[in-house]
Amino acid sequence: MRPVYGVSGGVSKFKKARPDKTFQAIVKEAVVYTLQDIGLEYPKFLEIVDGSVASYFSDHFTRQLMAGIMVQDYLGLTPKPSHRVEGGGATGGLCFQEAWKSIASGDMDICLAYGFETMSHVNTWKGNEFIALASDVSFDYPVGGFYSGYYAMMVVRHMKEYGTTVEQMAHVSVKNHMNAYHNPYAQKRQKLTIGDVRGAPIVAWPLTRLDICVMSDGAACTLLASEDGLKKIEKATGKRVNAVKVAGIGRGTDAMRMSDRPHKDVPLLPHEKESDYVGKRFVGGKLKYPGIHSFRAGRMASLNAYKHAGIKDPLKEIDFVELHDAYTSSEIQTYEDMGLCRYGEGGEFATTGETFMPGIDYGLKLKKEPVCPVNPSGGLIACGHPVGATGLMQAVFAMWQLQGTIGKHFEDNKLQLKNPRRGAIHSHAGTGTYVTVSILEKN
Amino acid sequence: MADKTAQIEETDEGTILFNVPLPQNVELLKDLSPIVLKQPYHIDYIHSYGQDSPWFAGLANKRLLGTRCQKCGYRFATPKLSCMECGGDCDWVEMPQEGKIHTFTVCEFGSEEFLKETPFILCLVEFENFNTLLLSRLIGVDPREASLSWVGMKVKAKFRRNSKFKPTDVYFVPA
Ligand SMILES: [Zn+2]
Repeated sequence: MRPVYGVSGGVSKFKKARPDKTFQAIVKEAVVYTLQDIGLEYPKFLEIVDGSVASYFSDHFTRQLMAGIMVQDYLGLTPKPSHRVEGGGATGGLCFQEAWKSIASGDMDICLAYGFETMSHVNTWKGNEFIALASDVSFDYPVGGFYSGYYAMMVVRHMKEYGTTVEQMAHVSVKNHMNAYHNPYAQKRQKLTIGDVRGAPIVAWPLTRLDICVMSDGAACTLLASEDGLKKIEKATGKRVNAVKVAGIGRGTDAMRMSDRPHKDVPLLPHEKESDYVGKRFVGGKLKYPGIHSFRAGRMASLNAYKHAGIKDPLKEIDFVELHDAYTSSEIQTYEDMGLCRYGEGGEFATTGETFMPGIDYGLKLKKEPVCPVNPSGGLIACGHPVGATGLMQAVFAMWQLQGTIGKHFEDNKLQLKNPRRGAIHSHAGTGTYVTVSILEKN
Repeated sequence: MADKTAQIEETDEGTILFNVPLPQNVELLKDLSPIVLKQPYHIDYIHSYGQDSPWFAGLANKRLLGTRCQKCGYRFATPKLSCMECGGDCDWVEMPQEGKIHTFTVCEFGSEEFLKETPFILCLVEFENFNTLLLSRLIGVDPREASLSWVGMKVKAKFRRNSKFKPTDVYFVPA
């Protein structure tokens, strides 16, 4: 396989509603930004790009089938190749990886990965229903199942088995909202306290409104290229490309119904030992995995991506993570899946300060210095979650972080880490049915 | 014969238009607010339970069914006719009607269809000798008193007298 590089990216501001434009035109905003950032003229882009991958989750929200081709023609990309990917909340992460594959395989030299979701066309509760249709419609949805309820059940078990607390979860919300305060693309830019998060109305016990991301309209895209592709872009722009290397990708899956998740041994990361998951602190003396307290797909995706990128000890070797925090609880569970801490220790890890940004006052007493900031952009909780765009948004923010251009794009340098070498992006669907992890490195 | 007075029927229903923009100068059109329409959308969907149908027939007869792999013996408390462990075919088996709360939540909101039922309690029930769980409703406890102590609570199945052929034909109450 050939090396793959992230060249450029763009994000439309994520908003509650964008009635001013149809989905095609919102995607175009992100694409135009992507090209302008590297000084690539639109006609020249159409000439040198080999194809695209389209990312959107729900046909119900658009009430339009084959919306992908409508974006493709609006962008002027017809008759070049394209296909649509769909995998719930992980749709954007899958899209990024499909574009990676197009280039790594040698099929393309330059590929555009674009994604969108326009969720404002129905009210929040109808939107919850559309999303709930991404759960088993014979056994789960008709019981009154909806995603906040599913994740709440997962974290209740996490709390029972490991002693995780709602205050630990609230730390994630405070952190991510505070980070987003400096991100102009974010839908919610709020300075919150632990009390604000716990005082917000409960949606599904114990998750409050401020533990949960919001629906959103928005688009994002990234331009990926091979080494030959980089040369073509540099020739077309007359400028050196500040490219980021995509050092590895990984994916995993799990059963749609949480009820079906088995109890097995933990697939260990290189820095973990079998004895880490045996002992009195686990129910029955041994961790029963994944159960419904952990995301086996997240562990699988991490294992694959780390192997691919040569990562042995993620907390030491990854400088930041943009991960799928649709719920504060799922951010905590994901720390464990990605091996930033051990299973069962995610709650405590959320409060130490290791996942916070340096130089930002969160109004919290944090015991440790930042080690690996998680969701420096503000994550889904604060940026919003226009499903098909989300995983690509993470890729764009991670690329800017590694390019050192956050200050330029956000018009505020507060969220720029000092010389980050390596970042991970993590995209996650339906209580962990599909999960992707991709590793990006400074070139 | 031609009828020059023919007219299309005028009806009462129609689109509710929130804006009707049009300036004299069409060059200004790009600055106009968008036209936003509300379009009702209703469908009757024909859903088949397929190979899972006996489970729903079981509920209508106050019997809770699970499945068991013919090859490896793995037992599913939410029926699966193909074994996730070995790919074997599964047989139907009778389930115990008592179990324990594995986890739960109180839904104060929900998807639109279930909003009127809030607050309701969702739970995953575990059963002795079964490897997987069952999602169900829990009643008979006060949703305002949700606490982690509910995890592990013994519960028993109850069935609706008039089956609606939905998974809510069974629900659980404290045992
Ligand atoms: Zn089997």
